[in-house]
Amino acid sequence: MKALLSVFLRYRFLLADLTARDFKVKYRRSVLGILWSVLNPLFMMIVLSIVFTQLMRFDQSQLGVSFLIYYLSGFLIFNFFSEATNTSLMSILSNAPLIKKVYIPKYIFPLEKTLFACINMLFSLIALLIVYVWNYFTTGQILPLNNWTTIFLLPIPIIYMFVFSLGVSLLLSAVCVFFRDIMHLYGVLLTALMYLTPIIYPVELITNPKILMLLRCNPIYYYVKYFRDVVVFGNFPSLRLNLICIVCGVVSLLIGVLFLRKTQNKFVLYI
Amino acid sequence: MENIAVQVKNVEMHFNMSKYKIDSIKEYVIKFFKRELNYEDFIALNNVSFNIEKGDVFGIVGLNGSGKSTLLKIISGILKPTKGSAVCYGSIAPLIELGAGFDMDLTARENIYLNGSVLGFSRKMMNEKFNEIVEFSEMQEFLDVPMKNYSSGMVARVAFAIATITQPEILIVDEILSVGDFRFQEKCEEKIARLMSGGTTVIIVSHSLDQIERLCNKVMWLEKGKIKMIGSTEEVCNIYKQS
Repeated sequence: MKALLSVFLRYRFLLADLTARDFKVKYRRSVLGILWSVLNPLFMMIVLSIVFTQLMRFDQSQLGVSFLIYYLSGFLIFNFFSEATNTSLMSILSNAPLIKKVYIPKYIFPLEKTLFACINMLFSLIALLIVYVWNYFTTGQILPLNNWTTIFLLPIPIIYMFVFSLGVSLLLSAVCVFFRDIMHLYGVLLTALMYLTPIIYPVELITNPKILMLLRCNPIYYYVKYFRDVVVFGNFPSLRLNLICIVCGVVSLLIGVLFLRKTQNKFVLYI
Repeated sequence: MENIAVQVKNVEMHFNMSKYKIDSIKEYVIKFFKRELNYEDFIALNNVSFNIEKGDVFGIVGLNGSGKSTLLKIISGILKPTKGSAVCYGSIAPLIELGAGFDMDLTARENIYLNGSVLGFSRKMMNEKFNEIVEFSEMQEFLDVPMKNYSSGMVARVAFAIATITQPEILIVDEILSVGDFRFQEKCEEKIARLMSGGTTVIIVSHSLDQIERLCNKVMWLEKGKIKMIGSTEEVCNIYKQS
């Protein structure tokens, strides 16, 4: 354990530099740069809200808040997960030249991608803030709805989601080294997962008990619920919800770490 | 025991020749039913044991495919041997392929920091040594140019400058001195000589016997994964030349 920590401390600069590199490469030569992390979800939200409220005549009254806010809050936290895992998937493979030449602890790569997605999400929270302010001036509604102090709990769902995403990322990055099929399959899986998570529809809309069961089997559902409770509705999350989030996170992290540790010595032969 | 820098004990390295060409589940299933999964075992290193003492400049010679690079990778921790162990006592600077950690989209300035952290150097140290690196590589004018516009010789200069910025206890050099113009090669050799006088253990792989004879005090000759001969430079090189 102590050795593990000292190795991590030695490579923390690498973690920081790789994250900085991702930012530089992602936003190089774009005029607005990091602002895109804020603008992107805003634009997505505008498109979807037009589709759902104008084209599909979606009933907003069940939501309690405007569709914009409901959607954006769910999207932000789900997008964190999907970006973290989707970029981690290729992280070890695409750093093959590095892994073949120098010894580096392998977990650095998925960890870095998860960190990068997390920082990106934190920037995107500004978009939510903008919508909150706009919402206040148009409707006079103060959010979070029932008790605004729950906003101080905001770091908790983010940390929960981080741990869960990290576990999945570690597992995927290792699996992808041996079976590249995952790369093609995972995009489909993510889309399915997105529809299994109440992001663009309220949970109340689902009446079929079988689908509801399916929904409850999806760990992301709980993270999205936790995030919305804290940020949008102002409900203090129950102990049960906390436990579910923690258990899912720890299990995912354990599986990821164990699988990576068991297979990492063989990586160099396959990449 | 205190004098030993690298201890290699009964190292064996096997590769499954057919297995690691399979990249997808589909291929795996097809091969499984066709019974083509019988692995062709390739032995890259066969029961190799030797010690390198502190301060030695240890040369490794041998034909292509004799296992030299595999051995270096095992010593620097990139590959895990199938059997046996390789232990290093001290910090290692591997110069196995220069510029491995470079991102060609970034500028040289950014890459110097990135590569420094890949090698496990701290930020503070990189700040202190930055000018020294730039000076040694002679790339002052091109610092803020993306590295994809560099020539391979220029990349090698920067990489060599970064890797040798500390006084590592063990320096691993694989065939890299053949890059760059002759003036820079001389500069590199000078730097290696300076590191050696500071007590660094150096392991060199090279096809240039001339270079080996000039730099090394001990030489090992590998043939098909086995040690053919190990001893003083003169002894080994004379016989190696005749073979």
